[in-house]
Amino acid sequence: MGTTLAIEVYGLVKKYGDKTAVAGIDLLVNQGEIFALLGPNGAGKTTTVEILEGYRNANAGEIKVLGFNPATKGSAAQSWRNRIGIVLQSASDAADLSVIEMVSHFANYYENPKNVDQVIKDVGLTEKLNAKVHELSGGQRRRLDVALGIIGSPELLFLDEPTTGFDPEARRSFWDLIRTLKQEGTTILLTTHYLDEAQELADRVGVINNGQLIEVATPSTLGGRNNAPAKVMWVENGVSKEILTSNPTEEVIRLNQHFNGQIPELQVLRPNLEEIYLRMIGELK
Amino acid sequence: MKSLKVIMRIGLLRGGLELKQFLRQRESVVFTLLFPVILLFIFGSVFKDTIAPGVTFSQYFVAGMIASGLVNTGFQQLAITIPMERDSGALKRLRGTPMSVSSYFIGKALLVTILMVLQTILLLFFGAAMFDLNLPTDPTLWWNFTWLVILGSACSTVLGIAFSVVPKSGRGASAVVSPIVIILQFFSGVFFVFTSLPTWMQQFAAIFPLKWLTQGMRSVFLPENFATQEVAGSWEISKTAIILLIWLIIGLAISIKTFKWSRE
Repeated sequence: MGTTLAIEVYGLVKKYGDKTAVAGIDLLVNQGEIFALLGPNGAGKTTTVEILEGYRNANAGEIKVLGFNPATKGSAAQSWRNRIGIVLQSASDAADLSVIEMVSHFANYYENPKNVDQVIKDVGLTEKLNAKVHELSGGQRRRLDVALGIIGSPELLFLDEPTTGFDPEARRSFWDLIRTLKQEGTTILLTTHYLDEAQELADRVGVINNGQLIEVATPSTLGGRNNAPAKVMWVENGVSKEILTSNPTEEVIRLNQHFNGQIPELQVLRPNLEEIYLRMIGELK
Repeated sequence: MKSLKVIMRIGLLRGGLELKQFLRQRESVVFTLLFPVILLFIFGSVFKDTIAPGVTFSQYFVAGMIASGLVNTGFQQLAITIPMERDSGALKRLRGTPMSVSSYFIGKALLVTILMVLQTILLLFFGAAMFDLNLPTDPTLWWNFTWLVILGSACSTVLGIAFSVVPKSGRGASAVVSPIVIILQFFSGVFFVFTSLPTWMQQFAAIFPLKWLTQGMRSVFLPENFATQEVAGSWEISKTAIILLIWLIIGLAISIKTFKWSRE
């Protein structure tokens, strides 16, 4: 089994003064997968990603991104940047340039750029082709950011909270775009605050808290979610009842016999990813 | 090694993009390009005194404004816009692409050069048409003018890039940079005749390039015998070249060493 790794990190440590932002993270991301990093603000998520992107230097640790140490300077780093794409959290530049001007200018930076019109179409900005950047809505701006991140045909794409400020419809179409990129073989490292986004897109999720990667799992098994107690709820004599059980099927059968048929207002709830996540980072008991 | 050709080509493209962005921001066009021309009209119209036989203050002032123009388009413009680009995330985004730092600087230098040429032409034109500025006929003077412009704007560009790390934020940049430029203009003999300033002011100004640039421009546009009215009794042409070169090297070293892509 020779799965190639797009990102290989061992023992990553980053300190700001005497404050430790990242306290020894090991992270392996397979080529071609979508990996979502979750974690509260200040957990070390952005620091970790920015080290992988080459924006910051680590204090300790072995880091390989596409087989390359991002801290390297010089022309080797430039050829490496040719193979990655970065969509940063917020940019508000180039207000007076148009969408097409920005995208076609950025295409010049890369050795193997994608077709400019196609990329603009893929991010859904064809109608805004000649609109100035300052005329775009927040969501459209974000899609332009994505267009600039993928114009160079990256093997690895970093997406930092890409759908913040999107309306539900825009998010859906954005998710489709990300799935298309994955189908084309792009590896994607995604950080997000939206648990449903991680659930929809990610092959695996990692949760960072207090500078440590506390768990890596598929969205459906994170935090033992698949085995977690489920909540069975119903109404009896006009009163809502609920019970937490690790065997909801048995409970439903018992209730079925108890009511001799239909159970009034029956609901069986598995903890959703958000509940699991909040429990993991200690926000929910 | 990325070929020099690619770096140059992208540098040129960046220069084009920078110019496009500049021209689309009306306030920056007015502030950077036209402000010196407006000042020329105000000062040239108010102060019509003769400061030496055959030399009016407006002639003196035009020479100073041409020198100041180099500081406006280079130092002031870059020291204000680079922090804004840093705040907006533009620089960080560029840093994440294969674009070389050199291409970025080439783009900036191109923008400054184009603006500087435009502004110098505007000032020469209005200076000659309305304020008795005598365009030199001696080729030596035009040669001096050319290297003064090139060296002066190179100096101004690298010092602008070097100074861009000083403003804490893009919004505050103008408040930090503009007073420095205005004070230097007062101290360096742009708004007043340099020799009429207090000695400490003259000595302070002599540390910085603007004083030497204004004096150099006077050597080009004022009658030769006006040299006796200068502090040293001569135009000090070679000394000017040396001082500008030293500032160029200092500015370049600081730019390379301290340039920041993002606000940490």
